[in-house]
Amino acid sequence: MSKLTDLNLAQARDGLASKAFSATELTQAHIERVEASDKLNAYVLKTPEKAMDMAKASDAKLADGTAGPLEGLPIGVKDLFCTQGIRTTASSKILGEFIPPYESTVTQNLWNDGAVLLGKLNNDEFAMGSSNETSCFGPVNNPYQGANGENLVPGGSSGGSSAAVAARLGVAATATDTGGSIRQPAAFTGTVGLKPTYGRCSRWGVVAFASSLDQAGPITQTVRDAAIMLGSMASFDSRDTTSVERDVPNYEAALTGDIKGLRVGIPKEYRVDTMPSEIEALWQQGIDWLRDAGAEIVDVSLPHTKYALPAYYIIAPAEASSNLARYDGVRYGARQAGVDIDDMYANTRAAGFGDEVKRRVMVGTYALSAGYYDAYYVKALQVRRLIAQDFNQAYEKCDVLLTPTTPSAAFAVGKKVEDPLEMYLNDVFTVTVNLAGLPGLSVPAGLDANGLPLGLQLIGRAFGEEQLLRVGEVLETAAGFTTRPKEWWSA
Amino acid sequence: MSVDEKTVRRIATLARIGLSEAEVPALAKELNAIIGFVEQLSEVDTTGVQPFTSPVENKMRRREDVVSDGGYAQDVLANAPEKDDEYFAVPKVVD
Repeated sequence: MSKLTDLNLAQARDGLASKAFSATELTQAHIERVEASDKLNAYVLKTPEKAMDMAKASDAKLADGTAGPLEGLPIGVKDLFCTQGIRTTASSKILGEFIPPYESTVTQNLWNDGAVLLGKLNNDEFAMGSSNETSCFGPVNNPYQGANGENLVPGGSSGGSSAAVAARLGVAATATDTGGSIRQPAAFTGTVGLKPTYGRCSRWGVVAFASSLDQAGPITQTVRDAAIMLGSMASFDSRDTTSVERDVPNYEAALTGDIKGLRVGIPKEYRVDTMPSEIEALWQQGIDWLRDAGAEIVDVSLPHTKYALPAYYIIAPAEASSNLARYDGVRYGARQAGVDIDDMYANTRAAGFGDEVKRRVMVGTYALSAGYYDAYYVKALQVRRLIAQDFNQAYEKCDVLLTPTTPSAAFAVGKKVEDPLEMYLNDVFTVTVNLAGLPGLSVPAGLDANGLPLGLQLIGRAFGEEQLLRVGEVLETAAGFTTRPKEWWSA
Repeated sequence: MSVDEKTVRRIATLARIGLSEAEVPALAKELNAIIGFVEQLSEVDTTGVQPFTSPVENKMRRREDVVSDGGYAQDVLANAPEKDDEYFAVPKVVD
């Protein structure tokens, strides 16, 4: 038998069900692997004792026939999800040693279904970043290294999640996506990333960045694993006013492999001038794979695509400036003294927020300030509607869209950190999906000339996750991505 | 529209982020680059377009007007940097 840490989520689940190994053995194997992974910096908090307690409870349930859908499966949780009694920081100094007195709905759903917590995963501070370099815990290293052995970023903001899944430090991980923060890191690490429809997973207990864009989802090894994870993460939650009251389908049952007659739209505006030829070639390969599987390829237009990033960089900072007003050193987190209360606020926020968070809070404050509100904020909301309408019109001609996930493969740590705008361009293909509230799925589809993973993105209709996952699995099968990174970190 | 150093200081005050004078010029440059980038939106004709505020068109759900939660002040205060009995404590606000 292969190592227990080589198994994907579905294989581990089936092995537990057939009693090939126990939850305790599976968890112990992962704990040992996590312990030897410090060079990746994926975990910011390890919870091995908690994991073993949960695994023992799972073994009892597996024995007496009361096992849940994720019983005994060890996972990592992005440090943006509040976990009761377990430090949660959003990778920001301003949260200090915050210990949530409550559990996020998404993680509670996972524990109710039997999952086991291995620890909390690194991310960009408050999920603001595309490389995991803005974390107060320092950057995460991609398990894949560059051609000369240089360290690469794992993408962001869910860089701990993507690195952990690629390095097999857990059978799956939770993540969140505001502008591409699940799909871009998945593409950079050869993993599968699913950003569900806005309203599908509860935002309750997830540290807020931009509330009209934030959505939780899984990063996994396979499309099937993403389907299984989403089935547990998704729910209606009355504590989130934007949670949608809608049954959670059996996503795994949707993976029939049959996409005959499905119309796949190819948006011409995603063919940008600066796109490397290998990404262009991979996209064409993806089109051919889906056509060969019986899909019909349709050219579509999303005319306002070019304006998605500018609109996002008004809307997301505006919402962030409002959401992050709560970090004032009064109710939780690290306080800095001041001569009076205003001085205490200013000192607390100056010391607690990193550079990128400060930039975004200030851009948002500017966009919402008197005299600029209509010119920037309202204008961006109007453009957001045009972007959403573009998708509605495209979906009159097709069922799902196929695009590249990112304009490049993973880049070197430190390469883009000095240029915020260049960093923002990472999300050029993913951010439209958040603005329209649609589901998006990144599937590992190939390698670049340096052997680094590249992803293709599928975009679905609102609440079209079943179809999205079905096409995703067909794409995954055709691509046959089996590459694993060399294990330099455990040496 | 360009963001000058005076504007940077004003935004920082509004955002309650303390800035040293040494940080202001670099921040002005970065904010200008970002604002310059988003200025592209002015090319788009948005006449008559309703602003899009949420992807979900939920009506606000109603519930019974009853106490449904609460009664655990110590949990709420557990992470406070400074507290006094059942209160958060802050520097003196009124002289």
